[in-house]
Amino acid sequence: MNSRIGLIASNTFREAVRDRVLYNLIAFALLMSGAAILVGQISIDIERLVVINLGLTAVSLFGIVIAIFIGIGLVSKEIERRTLYTVLSRPVRRWEFIAGKFMGLAGTLVVNAFFMAIGVFAALLYVSHHFQASDRWLLVALYFIILQFLIITSLALFFSSFSSPLMAAVFAFALFVIGTFAEDLRGFGAMAKGVVRWLATGAAYLVPNFSALNVISSVAHQRPVSGQLILYNTAYALIYTLMAVCGAVLIFERRNLK
Amino acid sequence: MTAIEILGLEKTYNVGFWRKRPKCALRPLHMQVEEGEIFGFLGPNGAGKTTTLKLLMGLVFPTSGSARILGMETHDPRMRAQIGFLPEQPYFYDYLTARELLEYYAGLSGVPAKERSRRSQEMLERVGLHDAGGLQLRKFSKGMLQRVGIAQAILHEPKVVFFDEPMSGLDPMGRREVRDLMDQLRQEGKTVFFSTHILSDAEALCDRVAIIHLGELRGIGSVADLTSSAQNRVELIWQGPSVPSSLRALGAEPHIAGSTVRATLLEANQDAAIEALRRERLRLISVVPVRASLEDYFVQKLKPTEAVAGGRQ
Repeated sequence: MNSRIGLIASNTFREAVRDRVLYNLIAFALLMSGAAILVGQISIDIERLVVINLGLTAVSLFGIVIAIFIGIGLVSKEIERRTLYTVLSRPVRRWEFIAGKFMGLAGTLVVNAFFMAIGVFAALLYVSHHFQASDRWLLVALYFIILQFLIITSLALFFSSFSSPLMAAVFAFALFVIGTFAEDLRGFGAMAKGVVRWLATGAAYLVPNFSALNVISSVAHQRPVSGQLILYNTAYALIYTLMAVCGAVLIFERRNLK
Repeated sequence: MTAIEILGLEKTYNVGFWRKRPKCALRPLHMQVEEGEIFGFLGPNGAGKTTTLKLLMGLVFPTSGSARILGMETHDPRMRAQIGFLPEQPYFYDYLTARELLEYYAGLSGVPAKERSRRSQEMLERVGLHDAGGLQLRKFSKGMLQRVGIAQAILHEPKVVFFDEPMSGLDPMGRREVRDLMDQLRQEGKTVFFSTHILSDAEALCDRVAIIHLGELRGIGSVADLTSSAQNRVELIWQGPSVPSSLRALGAEPHIAGSTVRATLLEANQDAAIEALRRERLRLISVVPVRASLEDYFVQKLKPTEAVAGGRQ
């Protein structure tokens, strides 16, 4: 990685840490501790299922919220506060700035997810007193969650490169919600007719398919995840992310910083 | 050698939400700045100074025209490694300490990792912030931020430095220090291009100045040339209680302050006036040719358009 991208990425990570973004881990720790204690008292044989579902969903939601709310300001906040002027007047290319910002936030989310994953496994150990062989699929579910973070971060960055933070948040959150139901949208497209069929199918393939990246329920029921799905989801997420980041670069390269 | 070459740089923005209309921020600008000079870019607020600087920094794109700095295009990263820029009213990452910020910028400018810490410390000392290096920027006053801004602009030892309103927010001592620093930069052979609307700063520092108003270049030249425009008048100062009547007859316009009299008159009448003072046994203190100040020149250059604009209203 080019050193300027690395510097911008580490500065973005430092900003998130100093702006107390990782404080969400405290809320997460409280949630997991409470859930583990409560589930141990009221559930009968479904403690593991509840802890995995709740834990992984919380990892996903906490990360998505952070990705959207930090991602939308990655570029627009720098323009608004004019901090960008002293960066881009140096030998920093605009695409390097975008790449550094993306990597910094993605790194923050991975670190955040790592600590949350430790919390999920600790809660799981607390309620079931031992790990099972099928628990390794939890790592795959966590990996898919990180792929979701990459997609949503790139989309927030994309919207941030041309719109206000508020509009970028609306767009990114709307895409996240629609993407969660992408499979349903595809099903609807298959059933519809005429123009609606084309529109629904087009929209279903344009929005990020977050439903394919959600295997939380499946791993909670100890079902394995196929290697093919892992490969497919990895390729899909990386291509989607790359396209969104390239879109952000193309827009930002032409933007006047008034 | 030419440090900055501006070739018909022009910028028009489209303003308005529904019905876009063009607004010209900078009319085609042609000028050159030579290496090693301090060049003042003067104009009232909204004249187009910041737009010009943003165009030179590649932050906005020109509608037409181009510019070259050190013989390279403005988007060339090799050129950017050799320039420094202080924006107007700078704002920095306030979660960083001053030292962290300078080390970050040093890295982005290509300063080797092992030199960044030393260079940052030197810069903090140079701008008088050696005690504040470990303090987060959110705790800095406006004047301190301006000093950090100057430090970040020069820490990678650029050949050309661009300052947008560098004295803004500084107290009289701070302004004097910045003037001294700019003078030091000139002695080090660097080119300094700075925008300001404070004419006394420009008059004290600049080798040459350009005056811009309503996006249009109104005048350019050395401060000495612009301020020595022939007035054909001299100012006489003498000590004594009276103004000789013969002096009044020569067209002198006297101002009496205590026992000192100051009078201006045509240069052609200078000898006759001195002779009149000698006859009256009044003690002559000085005879100085009247020079136009930069302010006079500035006001003169701004007037015509305002008169026209006023006539249009």
